[in-house]
Amino acid sequence: MADPIIRINDLKKIYHVGDIDVQALRGVSLTVQRGEFISVVGPSGSGKSTLFHILGGLASPSAGSITIDGENLAEMTDSGRTHLRRTKVGFVFQKYNLLPTLTAMGNIEMARYFGGKSGELDNGFVELLKLLGIHHRLHHKPRALSGGEQQRVAIARALVNHPAILLADEPTGNLDTENSNRVLSVLRDLNERIGQTILMITHNPEAASFGHRTVHMRDGRIVKES
Amino acid sequence: MINRLVFENLKHRKLRTGLSALSIGFQVTMILAVVGLSRGMLQDSINRAKGAGADIWVKPPGASAISLSGASMPQKALGFFTKFPGVARAAGTVIQPIGGISTITGVDYEQFSALSGSFKFVEGGPFQGPNDLIIDEWYAEQKKKKVGDTEKILNNDWRICGIVQPGKLSRLFVPMARLQEITNSQDKISQVLLKVEDPKRTTAVIDALKKVPELEGYSIYSIEEFVSMFSFNNVPGLKAFIYVIIGLSIIVGFLVVGLTMYTTVLERTREIGILKALGASPGDVMGILVRETALLAIAGWLSGIVLSFGANWAINRFVHANLQSEITPDWWPLVLGIALVASLLGAIYPGLRAARQDAIEALAYE
Repeated sequence: MADPIIRINDLKKIYHVGDIDVQALRGVSLTVQRGEFISVVGPSGSGKSTLFHILGGLASPSAGSITIDGENLAEMTDSGRTHLRRTKVGFVFQKYNLLPTLTAMGNIEMARYFGGKSGELDNGFVELLKLLGIHHRLHHKPRALSGGEQQRVAIARALVNHPAILLADEPTGNLDTENSNRVLSVLRDLNERIGQTILMITHNPEAASFGHRTVHMRDGRIVKES
Repeated sequence: MINRLVFENLKHRKLRTGLSALSIGFQVTMILAVVGLSRGMLQDSINRAKGAGADIWVKPPGASAISLSGASMPQKALGFFTKFPGVARAAGTVIQPIGGISTITGVDYEQFSALSGSFKFVEGGPFQGPNDLIIDEWYAEQKKKKVGDTEKILNNDWRICGIVQPGKLSRLFVPMARLQEITNSQDKISQVLLKVEDPKRTTAVIDALKKVPELEGYSIYSIEEFVSMFSFNNVPGLKAFIYVIIGLSIIVGFLVVGLTMYTTVLERTREIGILKALGASPGDVMGILVRETALLAIAGWLSGIVLSFGANWAINRFVHANLQSEITPDWWPLVLGIALVASLLGAIYPGLRAARQDAIEALAYE
């Protein structure tokens, strides 16, 4: 079997809130193969988001080891994590989080800029825009786009630098059923067509079923995989 | 790409951007107006001094070249100057401050006209009586006066007998004897203006005058020396005043931009989180705010220059007799620097706050 793209071993994260230590992750171990589509489910406070923040380089681990595409996040400096976000990770958020002053294309170009890329979009990405069904909406600002369109722009933005992993934090949480299904279908298509590794947090069992396997979290631990 | 984001951010909040730029613009205008006024008034003084037609100016001991002092020099000295070798004509004048920086000048009409050349009347004519007043066109326009009107100055009612073209020593001329009487300075004059027989020998005449023991302590200037004293450095307190205005401008700019950028950072907390999630470093975030600030400062600078043209026009249109203003393009680069420095100082704290913003907290910000 090929090297896993994500290898997490006994990962712990403690937040200091005033004088109190909050253990958000209490020893998480997980291996994700390249091209897998993993759903992460669990109640609020189970540590899903913390795990995503560490995987995405937005937070540092307190203990344990975590590697993405061969890079050890536990030893990374702030600038190392910034570089990780630029090149290895793409984020999709529940609230889309598009920059409101830029057009859809501007949002995508901003991510390309931070990823160190410039010039014409590659053909593969142009095809992806067509797959997402937003190629004709790229010159509109977010306020002129529907929720589903905004989320598909966010997916395009997350993938423009061809990241090793796509982290989707409740990507359908703000969408109606039709748009949710469309976004989930797109994610599955991306996984199947280009082998994009995807980790998706969701509360929705139906959404979770789009993944190859589901990781269940509770109280900062993985309690079950199905 | 960052520039596009910066531009779009400023465009997105048009009102705030406009008001912030205008606030910076007002500081720029304030500096340009003060400098323009100072320079305009000094230039007007120079023009009027040159317009007097004298080659040599003699001031009594203790009198500053450009101060608004009263009369302290004995009038009988005039006879001495008239007979001095190389001097063609001499005229004494009495200068009396009448409030603010305005003065009224007492002249012996025949004597002054002989030295300076005839007044160019646009209306009326020379003094007919002791309480007659000659005003220049600027004064007449500003005060809406015409020949025959009365003007109360130094608690005396003067009848306007003539309106002359501006540029000859003063804006207000009255008979010297009457002014001496009103100001209790009979037989005293403020200065003596001399016209030499041969302008090439002006320096020689000045040197000779300086050797006269009775004139020890007197200031004796050629017209070139005299007008060269009308500079920022020679007007008491002017330089300090301009520095104070610049200092105040920097403080106001600092506060305006500081407040604008602080509210911008608070309002855009979530966007800062998004940028960081996309891979923006703290330096990138700081850089975005610095560029926005610099653009604001440049927009403010441009609006300030436009406003300064308005201020210049208004001063020269409505209060031309009291204040004269000039456009000062040589100060534009300096005020750009001042606007940039003040604005960037104001952006430091908000910028650091944004740069240090925790991405996770920022993304969770509602």
